[in-house]
Amino acid sequence: MDKTVNQKAWFLVLPVLVLVAFSAVIPLMTVVNYSVQDTFGDNVFFWAGLDWFREMLESERMWSALGRQAVFSFIILMIEVPLGVIVALQMPKKGFWASFALVVMALPLLIPWNVVGTIWQIFGRVDIGLLGYVLHSLGIDYNYTQGFFAAWITVIVMDVWHWTSLVALLAYAGLQSIPDAYYQAAKIDQASRWAVFRYIELPKMQGVLMIAILLRFMDSFMIYTEPFVVTGGGPGNSTTFLSIDLVKMALGQFDLGPAAAFSLMYFLVILLISWVFYTVMTNLDKRDGV
Amino acid sequence: MAKITLDNLAHSYMSNPRGDQDFALKKTTHVWDDGEAYALLGSSGCGKTTLLNIISGLLRPSQGRILFNETDVTYAPTAERNIAQVFQFPVVYDTMTVRDNLAFPLRNRGASSSYIAQRVQEIAKLIGLEDDLNRKARGLTADVKQKISLGRGLVREDVNAILFDEPLTVIDPQMKWELRTQLKSLHHELGHTMIYVTHDQTEALSFADRVVVMSEGQVVQIGTPEELFEAPAHTFVGFFIGSPGMNLLDAQVEGDKATIGATEIALPAGFGTPVGKVQIGVRPEYTRLAASGGLPVKVNRVEDVGRHKIVRAEYFGKAINLIVDEGTEIGTDMTQVVFDPAKVNVYVDDWRVQGEAA
Repeated sequence: MDKTVNQKAWFLVLPVLVLVAFSAVIPLMTVVNYSVQDTFGDNVFFWAGLDWFREMLESERMWSALGRQAVFSFIILMIEVPLGVIVALQMPKKGFWASFALVVMALPLLIPWNVVGTIWQIFGRVDIGLLGYVLHSLGIDYNYTQGFFAAWITVIVMDVWHWTSLVALLAYAGLQSIPDAYYQAAKIDQASRWAVFRYIELPKMQGVLMIAILLRFMDSFMIYTEPFVVTGGGPGNSTTFLSIDLVKMALGQFDLGPAAAFSLMYFLVILLISWVFYTVMTNLDKRDGV
Repeated sequence: MAKITLDNLAHSYMSNPRGDQDFALKKTTHVWDDGEAYALLGSSGCGKTTLLNIISGLLRPSQGRILFNETDVTYAPTAERNIAQVFQFPVVYDTMTVRDNLAFPLRNRGASSSYIAQRVQEIAKLIGLEDDLNRKARGLTADVKQKISLGRGLVREDVNAILFDEPLTVIDPQMKWELRTQLKSLHHELGHTMIYVTHDQTEALSFADRVVVMSEGQVVQIGTPEELFEAPAHTFVGFFIGSPGMNLLDAQVEGDKATIGATEIALPAGFGTPVGKVQIGVRPEYTRLAASGGLPVKVNRVEDVGRHKIVRAEYFGKAINLIVDEGTEIGTDMTQVVFDPAKVNVYVDDWRVQGEAA
C-alpha cells in the first residue's frame, strides 16, 4: 500500500514546537544574548564577545563554588544510594505494612523545598530547635550559622532526609519486579544472603539505580532553596553552592553578563556529566549482554 | 540420597482453613522410595507444586511431618535438606557466565575448584552447552536458560533428591524428548530419587517408574504406567490418562452383571450390590462397534488419526469414545457398542471397587 503524503501533518507538531520554544529555547537564547554583551544600565548594551566566559573561567569564586558543589553532590550520592538500597531491602514486600511503608517513605518527597529548609532551619537552632538545643545541652558545639562543619552536616543531613526516599522507592520498585522463583532457586542453590543481593537483587535493580543516581546527581548539583533557607550560603561562603552563587551574582549584584556566562557553563557541565554517567552505565549494560 | 516420607501431610494457604475445600494439599501419607523416579501427574492447580515446595522446604506444611530417611525435616530450612529443584520457568543469574551459573551451587557448598571445573564440564556436555560456557547468561533464549537451570539442578551429586517442576514447558519438542531421555538415563546412572511434576501424561509415563496421580489436592493413585492404564483407581485417573480417556457410564450393578437402560453388560467378577454413585468404566481401546449384542448408541463421527480410528458416539447425551483398528470397516448398521468383559471396571462414588473372584 502506498503511504499517503500529507504535508498538513506538520501542523500537528506545531503546538509542541511553540511550547518548547517558549519554555526552553527563547529563555535559553535570552541568557546567551546576555552572556555576550555588557551594559551600564538604561537598557543600552555593548558587544562583549567571549569576555565574560574568559572572566568566569579565571574567576576563583566560580571554581571554588564548583568545588564545593562537586564535593556536596559526591557526598550525598555516596550516602543516599547505599542507604536507599538498604532501606528498600528492609521494606515489607506485601500486605498492609508495605503500603504503610510506601506512604511514609513518600512523605518527605511531597514537602516543598523551602518548607524543608525552614523545618531544618528551626530544628537546628540552638535556642528553640529540638536538635540544636539537645546537642547544645549535651555540650556539643553545634551552630550551623557559625561552624563550617555544623553547616555542612546540617545541609547534608537535610538532603539525605529529603531525598533518600526517592532512591529507596525506585530501588523498591526494582526489587518488587523480581519473581519469587529467583529467591527459591537461590535457597535451593544454598546461596548466602550476600550472594542473593549480589547476583539477584543488584542486577535487577541496576536499571532503576541508574535512573536514581542520575536524578539525584542532577538535582543535587542544582540545589538552591534548601541550603539557602538554612544557611544562606554561609558561614562565609562555605555552603555557597553554584546556584546560590549564581543568584547572588545575577540578582544581588546585577552582573547580568558574567551571570549569564556562568549559567551557560553550569548548564553544559550538568549536561556533560549526565551524558558521561548515562554512556558509561548503558555501556556496562551492553558489555554484560555479550 | 534418601527415602522421603510424608506423614499425614496437609497444607492450606489460608490461615484458618475451614473444611477440606480450603486445603491445597489434602492429608497425604506416602513414602517416596530411595532411588526411584516418580512422576507427579495432575491437572493445573491440583497441588503438585505445593507438594514439591513442601518437600524442598520452600513451603512449611500446615499439618503433618516430612522425613528424610528417619530424620524429621519438617522445620528444616531448604539449605539443610540438600535438595535440587528445577522450576517451570528458567531462573539464571544474569550477570554470571554460563560456567559460573553451573558452578554456583557447588561453590556455595565449598567444593574444590578442580572438582567444580570437572563437574561443570560434564554437566555442560550433558545439556549441550559446552561451547557457551564463557557467555554471559543474560540475553540467552528461554530454552537455553532453562537448560542452565536444569544443569544447576543436576550439578550436585550428593543431593537427597532432585525435584523437577514442569521443567520442559519452555523447551521445544525435539529437545524436550532428548532431555527427557537423558534425564531418565541419568537416573539409571546416578540413582537419585527424582520427582518430576508434569501435567503431560506422555511425559509422566515415559519418564517414571511409578506415577503419582493427583487431583484436587489429593493423591488418587500411585502405580506403574500399566496399572494406571488397566485399573485406574479413581475415575479421574481413568479420564485423565489415555487419549481419549476412559468411558464412564452410570449403571446398576448386581453380581457379575451391570445394567444400563435395557442393556445387560457382563462384568469380569461379582461385585455384590454396591450402593451410591455406581459407574462402569471401559477404556476406548477395549470396545468395538457391532450390529448387535451391545449398548445401542448414536455414532456422531469417525476420526481417522492414522494408526487407528476414533469413533465418537453418544448414549443419551453421554459421550462414548471407541478406538478401532485402522482396517475396520464401519457399516451404517453398526450402532451398538460391545465392551470387552475382562476390561470393565466398576466405580462406586468415583473409587474403583475390587470384584470378588468369580
